Amino acid sequence: MASTILEMRDITKTFPGVKALSNVNLSVEEGEIHAVVGENGAGKSTLMKVLSGVYASGTYDGAIVYRGEECHFKGIHDSEHKGIVIIHQELALVPMLSIAENIFLGNEHARFGIIDWNANETRTSALLKKVGLKEDPKTLITNIGVGKQQLVEIAKALSKEVQLLILDEPTASLSEKDSQALLDLLLEFKRQGITSILISHKLNEVNRVADKVTIIRDGRTIETLAKKDISEDRIITSMVGRSLDDRYPPREPKIGEVVLQVKNWSVYHPIHAERQVIKGIDINVRKGEVVGIAGLMGAGRTEFAMSLFGRSYGRRITGEVLLKGKPIDVSSVSKAVEHGIAYVTEDRKTYGLNLIDHIKHNITLANLPGVSRHAVIDDLRELAVANDYKAKTNIRSSSVYQMTGNLSGGNQQKVVLSKWLFANPEVLILDEPTRGIDVGAKYEIYTIIARLASEGKAIIVISSEMPELLGITDRIYVMNEGRIVGEMTASDASQEKIMRAIVRGEGKAS
Amino acid sequence: MTTESAPAPKSGVAEDVQQGPRVAVSALITNLREYGLILALIAIMVFFQFTTSGTLFKPVNLSNLVQQNSFIIVMALGMLLVIVSGHIDLSVGSVAGFIGALAAMMMVIWPLGPLSNPLVVSIICLIIGGGIGAAQGYWIAYHRIPSFIVTLAGMLIFRGICQALLGGGSSVGPLPDGFKALSSGFIPDVIGPLTLIPPTVNAAGKTIIGSGLTLHMTTILIGVVAVLAYAYFGLKARRTREQHGYEAEPFTLFVIKTLVTSALALFLVYQFASYRGLPIVLMVMGVLIALFVFVTKRMTIGRRIYAMGGNAKAAQLSGIKTERLTLMVFVNMGVLSALGGLIIAARLGQAVPAAGLGSELDVIAAVFIGGASAMGGVGQVIGAVVGGFIMGVMNNGMSIMGVNVDWQQVVKGLVLLGAVVFDVYNKNKG
Repeated sequence: MASTILEMRDITKTFPGVKALSNVNLSVEEGEIHAVVGENGAGKSTLMKVLSGVYASGTYDGAIVYRGEECHFKGIHDSEHKGIVIIHQELALVPMLSIAENIFLGNEHARFGIIDWNANETRTSALLKKVGLKEDPKTLITNIGVGKQQLVEIAKALSKEVQLLILDEPTASLSEKDSQALLDLLLEFKRQGITSILISHKLNEVNRVADKVTIIRDGRTIETLAKKDISEDRIITSMVGRSLDDRYPPREPKIGEVVLQVKNWSVYHPIHAERQVIKGIDINVRKGEVVGIAGLMGAGRTEFAMSLFGRSYGRRITGEVLLKGKPIDVSSVSKAVEHGIAYVTEDRKTYGLNLIDHIKHNITLANLPGVSRHAVIDDLRELAVANDYKAKTNIRSSSVYQMTGNLSGGNQQKVVLSKWLFANPEVLILDEPTRGIDVGAKYEIYTIIARLASEGKAIIVISSEMPELLGITDRIYVMNEGRIVGEMTASDASQEKIMRAIVRGEGKAS
Repeated sequence: MTTESAPAPKSGVAEDVQQGPRVAVSALITNLREYGLILALIAIMVFFQFTTSGTLFKPVNLSNLVQQNSFIIVMALGMLLVIVSGHIDLSVGSVAGFIGALAAMMMVIWPLGPLSNPLVVSIICLIIGGGIGAAQGYWIAYHRIPSFIVTLAGMLIFRGICQALLGGGSSVGPLPDGFKALSSGFIPDVIGPLTLIPPTVNAAGKTIIGSGLTLHMTTILIGVVAVLAYAYFGLKARRTREQHGYEAEPFTLFVIKTLVTSALALFLVYQFASYRGLPIVLMVMGVLIALFVFVTKRMTIGRRIYAMGGNAKAAQLSGIKTERLTLMVFVNMGVLSALGGLIIAARLGQAVPAAGLGSELDVIAAVFIGGASAMGGVGQVIGAVVGGFIMGVMNNGMSIMGVNVDWQQVVKGLVLLGAVVFDVYNKNKG
């Protein structure tokens, strides 16, 4: 077999008070796709930061051997110089610059500081062709979708003569289709001899492309599996240290009367006034029911939910919202909240949390009157509420005074959930509630959803992960291009059926 | 500075319970950072006490210090909220100048009859200040024009109107004594003075000014009551926490904190009492500081402002009316700018075209020295007040030392930079 391209030996990295990595070993062979999996906070990202030199040599113990040579990277520049390029989960592109400008940012084809735009654009076109992106190099980053931005990042890596490509959860915010394309691209790179390290939560992806899987838990290497030994069950068992017999908690739905009904809901784009984003949607949710909304990225699911929640998205919103048969006014967020509607956003960092404040203040934010009298906050009551929800949703932190910015994705999501649970809604809209969080935390979120439904809440779950919808909902609406194109009970539904509804709907729309 | 003094939070969860010296030490470290700014102020005061051979803490000088800097601190209270909510207000100096000019015109020049009464004029001026804040806040909140630009425009506009009102370069005055009392007056001694050491009488039968020791007893009473109330409420808050099963900060630390604060307060009160009592402007300032501490720490509106500054989108999606809140923050700033303008005019005894010129920078500096973040969401009222006093003490101390005004600016600039660098360094370490 091929030679070992990278070996990380006994890597130990400590932060004040925390041992993030202890004696982690990782060995990657030339030309393979090596997946690194582990729960959030297991230490994957820390390991990659050690590798790429974000944590400079000397701040950790252990050795990095790359192509038989021990390396002491002082910064990203050193590692990139050797052909090691990392693409972070949060993309590092400048939105108001063009694709070409982004790809060669800091690395422009220039003489005496004067940029040769023709050379840059010609090379960009060549790189874009390699990653299969059909866009003009002059297009601004802000005008292309996340999936395409991801490809631009990869093209940028290619421009640096990459030999070892590290992707940190590259498909976290991509649709199914874009994810597939990206994985195919990785396989293509493999044929060209580029070695990749793939960090992912999505085990089916790992299963599909990885030649080897290294599992990390609590800052330690648990095991490295070869292709023939890779199976989802095996990986999950190693990741969580116990076997998850069932990925979805069992529940017995007790479904009551219709709580929320939306009739003929239409929304136009906030900037392109003539573009109708939501086209006459009718849905309803019953008491104790979990309803899923399936669809591809760009189907308008988030836009629908946000326009419903106090007109937080879009213009010229028309339609009717009925709560228990009575029309209600949801024209502002506070009115929607007063009527018992809560929306847990898909992007918890941008829209869900105040990252520079602690858990306690975040939990009570949507229902401050609930912990105050005459607009004066009762500190002790607030503390009791925060501790109560910390326990109920199993937020793992040293105390409720921990900054939410320092929590892992799963725990952040539990804080956002707690915030809305404390607002005591009747209808809870959850937008991608398990995006970017690990298997163990997902199960906890599912358990919370099941408990809420059994308490009689009406729940809408928007998700791009079809197995998740099939696993936790009672009924599924399929959405495509701003329309509901299918409705099925969860017991009737299957991934195929959902996809078929989408494809049929696509035909109808065009 | 952290966003809130975290009182060594301990829930009933077993894993959290740690006993013994570790808790005390960690609490001390958190609190040292918290009180670092106050320690810095004390260090600066001690430094100038020596370099000015004891002039700094002389009762007369303390009164001067308060009267010279009160307007900065009053405006810093409003600026803190503006900066915490993620904005900036460059117009406060000009608004203060304009309001001073307006007040002078109303009291001295324009024939308004009974309306030219200082109290009536002051109230009208505060309302107009609020209106100016609303006018600027409207563009910032509802049209999303960057506050830097709106208030830069305001800075030019109101300085211009101020000068136009006063008719070019002239000053308007003198202002009535009743109005001047706002800045240069002292609270009346309703109890009556207590003479401990009779003043020395010289051969000509005249008393020597500054000799002897007569205490302003009302000041002493207010001081003692305030200190007792401070200790009582501190103890009571501790007891409530403990009754509900939460651990409060270590008792020794609480005692030390209370004793040091009380001793310092009583010392200052004694100094004021041995001169002419508490300056009225200090009382106004004290009440405002207490009010703003309460609003930011305990009231829902305060919490919402911090949330909005920390993440405006998340705050909005939590049902907070961010536009209205922004508007209110600027209205508040406008009212306090107006009050600052009245204090300046009252101290000078007249309105001058350059009143408050450049003071927006002192006000902003005070807030940043006090640990607020330029990104919004972080900052403390007490921090801004201490920051204001650090600037004030340095101005005053260096003037007494005879340091050239040019070099005073250099030193102030370095202190501002140093304070923020220290804060950022601390944050990254922690």
